Amino acid sequence: MSATASAETVDLVAASVRELNQRLHDAASGGPTGWRVSNPNGAHALAAGLDAEMDVEIDGHTGYYCAGMNKLATVRVRGNVGVGVAENMMSGTVIVDGDASQSAGATGRGGLLVIKGSASARCGISMKGIDIVVHGNIGHAGAFLAQKGNLVVCGDAGPGLGDSIYEARLYVRGSAAELGADCIEKEMRDEHVTDLRALLERAESDADPSDFRRYGSARQLYTFDVDNAGSY
Amino acid sequence: MTEFDVASKGEGFGTEATGRWRPGLRESALFDRNTIHEIHRMAREGIYDIRGFGAKRRVPHFDDLLFLGASVSRYPLEGYREKCATDVTLGTRFAKEPIHLDIPITIAGMSFGALSAPAKEALGRGASAMGTSTTTGDGGMLPEERDHSDKLVYQILPSRYGMNPDDLRRADAIEVVVGQGAKPGGGGMLLGQKISDRVAEMRDLPKGVDQRSACRHPDWTGPDDLEIKIGELREITDWRKPIYVKVGATRTYFDVALAVKAGADVIVLDGMEGGTAASQDVFIEHVGIPILAAIPEAVRSLQELGMHRQVQLIVSGGIRSGADAAKALALGADAVSIGVAAVIALGDNSHHFEDEYEEIGTSAGYYDDWHEGRDPVGISTQDEALASRFDAELGGRRLANYLRAMVLEAQTLARACGKSHLHNLEPEDLVALTFEAAAMAKVPVAGTSWIPGQNAR
Repeated sequence: MSATASAETVDLVAASVRELNQRLHDAASGGPTGWRVSNPNGAHALAAGLDAEMDVEIDGHTGYYCAGMNKLATVRVRGNVGVGVAENMMSGTVIVDGDASQSAGATGRGGLLVIKGSASARCGISMKGIDIVVHGNIGHAGAFLAQKGNLVVCGDAGPGLGDSIYEARLYVRGSAAELGADCIEKEMRDEHVTDLRALLERAESDADPSDFRRYGSARQLYTFDVDNAGSY
Repeated sequence: MTEFDVASKGEGFGTEATGRWRPGLRESALFDRNTIHEIHRMAREGIYDIRGFGAKRRVPHFDDLLFLGASVSRYPLEGYREKCATDVTLGTRFAKEPIHLDIPITIAGMSFGALSAPAKEALGRGASAMGTSTTTGDGGMLPEERDHSDKLVYQILPSRYGMNPDDLRRADAIEVVVGQGAKPGGGGMLLGQKISDRVAEMRDLPKGVDQRSACRHPDWTGPDDLEIKIGELREITDWRKPIYVKVGATRTYFDVALAVKAGADVIVLDGMEGGTAASQDVFIEHVGIPILAAIPEAVRSLQELGMHRQVQLIVSGGIRSGADAAKALALGADAVSIGVAAVIALGDNSHHFEDEYEEIGTSAGYYDDWHEGRDPVGISTQDEALASRFDAELGGRRLANYLRAMVLEAQTLARACGKSHLHNLEPEDLVALTFEAAAMAKVPVAGTSWIPGQNAR
């Protein structure tokens, strides 16, 4: 799904982020569907707010909120990404070849976010339906307040995984040593293995789904209870 | 069973009616009957009190200020003949499409979830009739609200419930909510009784949970990040929409300066009197400062940056009348916002519902259990039978009437001060009745030139 050689190229040495995003937004109503962005140099909000089926390849590292609130588009970053990659994504696919900073996929409501490297803290915070697959490890407080969707970690998950989680599903292949409040290990049933296999395939991972453990909500914090006062 | 046995089970004790005064019985100022009742409740339930409404304690407020009016040294405008304009444009700093309001009174953010769908619709109808805006809330944009609000401000809150780039693009302005006056530093609450199927779906939550939403944004922390976040929102909306930043009134001078530095078009400042649909009582009553104290701090901050009137200031918290609005504008605000007052205008706490208020253990004028979703008027509920009692069209007319009356009041005061636009009111038109109000509002005590803390040297 990478952009072809004939893709429209925008060089951020010559063009501003504003010009790039405006061209990408305008292309939703007819225009090139393959885009290549060179010299991103850590700029923020690259390819944010896309709203059409298109392929955008960013050739380098990006700053905050790359592909923020993405809809329909496929964005591939050939580098590392800053805070909040694909935050509040609705649909489409975002693939990061390198590592991601904090809050990757925060509040995402749909689509697929793939991080080929590792992700930092708060990966999948308040996720609301997005699927996130991290090939490496994730930092602390992953899936904090996660509501819906799947977070797959092929490596290890840092402390506080799934704190105050609602109905999101978490799959971890490595260690998840210290779970957050109300997060527990759950039985890995056939349906979960099937779902996970499909997700791993879409995420270009050859990990074996049967090597993963599943975590989710104990649902003990769903209603206020005096005896849980310390957890609120 | 002895009284001790009952108390040790944590039940029953403290539910009895309070005593009757007779000569010789002296109530403690500290341990008055409300305090004793609350201690018993805490001992029984072991959890803080959650309620709606705003602060109930008396704080220095606009009632403590008076307008001087015109006399020999300056002349008034003729009521009904000479124009006193009321319009305001918000978002002139960066937005390609600033919003123009006919009146400087807007409707504050209140969520679908906290309020019923017909109540949200009524707010839209009333505001639109008067040429002003409404604001979404912690729960996404309701189609009924978008349809009936000519100008709709879309809030982006820590929870991001229902957050959607399409809604962002179809909003007329965007409000990044950092905090609210009722609970600066606190997150949203919506108890299970109000998480109906529709609310649950819009928020991606399981039905019936006691929702506890985040108090910090999930993808930014601090003013430098906020600047980048605002940049992203501008990119997503192609720099068309005004971007507001809403803060609860606390360290106002610094918050305003940082919000300006972060690129806000508009600052929304909510005093501690500001309402809530559900918060801990301890938060409502004990955190934040009165709006009277906050406005001059915000204005000072804007003026020092050369941004007063460039970045517009909307203030809220206990605004009830045209007098309150006019005083807020005189202190330097560009517009005010109402929440609790709007809900009351829709019919909340009306004596017409006294019998039903009694059935749920309260009384008209006291009802604040908005979080329970049993509102007999049909406003703060998700119960379909209760909500269907509320007539959105009639509610919209009531709100429009109330706004119209407020504007007429404010114009009356402005004309009396000789002002041809509400924005021409100034601190010099005001004096204070109390030392506290004088010190906070930075206007002199009536009949003196004394502003405590200012010219005492």
